[in-house]
Amino acid sequence: MPVLIDTVNGDKRPKVPDPAPLYKGREPIYPKLVHGQFRTIKWVLLWITLAVYYILPWLRWDRGPATPNQAVLVDFTHARFYFFFIQLWPEEIYYFTGLLVTAALALFLVSALFGRLWCGYACPQTVWTDFYIVVERLFEGDRNARMRLDAAPTSFNKVWRKTGKHAVWLLVALVTGGAWVFYFDDAPTLMGQLFTGSAATSAYLSVAILTFTTYALAGSMREQVCTYMCPWPRIQGAMLDEHSLQVTYRADRGETRGPHKKGERWEGRGDCIDCQQCVVVCPMGIDIRDGAQMECINCGLCIDACDEIMDKVERPRGLIAYDTDYAVAARLAKRKPTYHLIRPRTVYYALALALVGGLMLYGLLTRSPVAIDVLRDRNPEYVQLSDGAVRNGYTLKLMNRSLHPTVFWVDFKGPKDAVVRAVGQTATTRTLAVPLAADGQRSLRVFVTVPQDHDEHDLHHSSPATFAITSQDGQTAEKKTVFLAAGDDR
Amino acid sequence: MADPKHDKPTPHKDEISGVDTTGHEWDGIRELDNPLPRWWLYVFYACIVFAVGYWVLMPAWPGLHGYTKGLLHQSDRGELSVALHDLSATRGAAGQALVKASLEQIEADPKLQAYALSAGASIFGDNCATCHGTGGTGGKGYPNLRDDVWLWGGDLNAIEHTLRVGIRSTHTDTRQSQMPSFGRDQLLTGAQVNDLTEYVTALSRRKADPAAVSRAAPLFQAQCAVCHGADGKGNQAVGAPNLTDQDWLYGGDPNSIHTQIWNGRAGVMPSWEKRFDTATIKALTVYVHANASGQ
Repeated sequence: MPVLIDTVNGDKRPKVPDPAPLYKGREPIYPKLVHGQFRTIKWVLLWITLAVYYILPWLRWDRGPATPNQAVLVDFTHARFYFFFIQLWPEEIYYFTGLLVTAALALFLVSALFGRLWCGYACPQTVWTDFYIVVERLFEGDRNARMRLDAAPTSFNKVWRKTGKHAVWLLVALVTGGAWVFYFDDAPTLMGQLFTGSAATSAYLSVAILTFTTYALAGSMREQVCTYMCPWPRIQGAMLDEHSLQVTYRADRGETRGPHKKGERWEGRGDCIDCQQCVVVCPMGIDIRDGAQMECINCGLCIDACDEIMDKVERPRGLIAYDTDYAVAARLAKRKPTYHLIRPRTVYYALALALVGGLMLYGLLTRSPVAIDVLRDRNPEYVQLSDGAVRNGYTLKLMNRSLHPTVFWVDFKGPKDAVVRAVGQTATTRTLAVPLAADGQRSLRVFVTVPQDHDEHDLHHSSPATFAITSQDGQTAEKKTVFLAAGDDR
Repeated sequence: MADPKHDKPTPHKDEISGVDTTGHEWDGIRELDNPLPRWWLYVFYACIVFAVGYWVLMPAWPGLHGYTKGLLHQSDRGELSVALHDLSATRGAAGQALVKASLEQIEADPKLQAYALSAGASIFGDNCATCHGTGGTGGKGYPNLRDDVWLWGGDLNAIEHTLRVGIRSTHTDTRQSQMPSFGRDQLLTGAQVNDLTEYVTALSRRKADPAAVSRAAPLFQAQCAVCHGADGKGNQAVGAPNLTDQDWLYGGDPNSIHTQIWNGRAGVMPSWEKRFDTATIKALTVYVHANASGQ
């Protein structure tokens, strides 16, 4: 009888040798601590960005009694976005589009000028990974100690250090995830709810997911996120050119590289003594001397490491520095290096950035606090009354984006002698008064009737019509629509 | 082909891959006997474990008198009734407000009105649109609820009453009226029905045979005026349509009018009192009333 299922371990048949595995294992990277100019900049930016992330939801901003007083708040429940003095409604989502376009263009411009500044200094992946390495160093020591520890057999020392590291990592991850949800609800209230177990399930779920992603991305995945998950390294290839300032190994000065003993002459050789310090400090585990490469996040730590060595061997600093491929090539060809920050592409990026940014600014500055939308009934399109008059139904959406209550006067401009009536209002005058709450909206069912007698023309053709609103403080808005009539051979 | 006398496979090793085959051969085709992919196997085992757990926890096996209930006592029907209960609980506040307020108050108050209109729209779509159409404009035999013509009255109370008791329904207090089948039941002769058709056509100010109209005048007063009124303007108390306007439930051309006098068709609207709670009926009333621009 044939065997139905092979148990995995019971299969005693000779194994065919495995071909190369499908996935390459990760080579562990032990970045060494380095001191210097760029490390200092990175420390400062690390604390600033972390502080902004954690403190921002706790800032208050008084907007009056009708609206929350949190300075930065994405309020899904009431469909509002608050950013200090800006308050956006869901209909204004295009401001977010504009913001994203602006951010993308700024990234293009900065990349074309100075390389991957974002990746090296401000990207959350970089900041949190840096932060996690600080914790790691605290428990396991620097590069050599960590390598020794990893190679050592299991011992009490190893276990408590590893456990401590992961515990603090998880704590950092939890606080990271915890801070995220404060952007979506009143922070002090939510804080209390989170601890008393009365917060929404979605809040706990968000915290859990972000705790996991922070722990995984900053703790164990690190440079793999940049190399394999992030699309930006691949896109930025199109932004960079030979004139972009990037972290560069100045091959013109460094080659021919080789070990150097104290007292040996420097003539006839390069300044690179092949000490590997630029490699051991690299959080991406690459060798900058191979030239610009996709994995390089341009953090500048190899510059610090190299400068330290150059000081020791008494050679000038800047063997690795922010430089352009063009300048390196020029020096190699014994020409004077020139720098071109103003290039067609940087001009285009800057113009596009100014255009989109200007449009956004213009839009925000001229934004009207009142708005109206008109939905014409489509079923039925019109109703013929028993006396031959024709009636159209509309649903008006009236929006008061100001932070105080007001009254809208709604006017219908359309066929002559049209009678307007809102549901629940007995008056059939042409101007309707509609009270609106602060930061409030109302939908209003309105029926417009055009009598038969007066202007027969109107009853046989569709006529253009407009609903116009004027608020108490004189703000106006209007929306075009159509009055549909019987006998209209559309 | 494998030897039919021997079901046993003959051991065979594939020359290229060095892997054993199943030992069977079909028209020169052999199948490699590779082990199953491990991920597949583990998923398979996991499914078995899951299935056993599922049998224990959830309703799974049919029996002679019912089925195994499972430790969790899960029941879709039970969950539905819980969900419905929860729904009426969450609706509670707004629903209570509708019950307490008068129909006029509901229509005048922006919040109650908005609630009633959106609730009414879905109730109408689920229950009324079948006959009256999704836009409420009705059709032949089904009244248009968007215009200003009402058989039984178009103010809030009349609409609510119609919704409660229905028309020619099984409700004891149903709105009730019946147009006789003058022709079919031989109450009138064919010529008389023809004359009356001309008369009704003339009532709505259209061209008709004057001789027939004058012949039918006493007939109309004798047979029709009881319900439709001496002037033919109808009577909402008995659901008699106005015959002088341009709105016809069963069509306004002479043929349709003739058919109606001959057969006396009448529609039925169910009573909704037992199917809907008060809040639902009120919401629906306001929805219908508001969308006909009120009367």
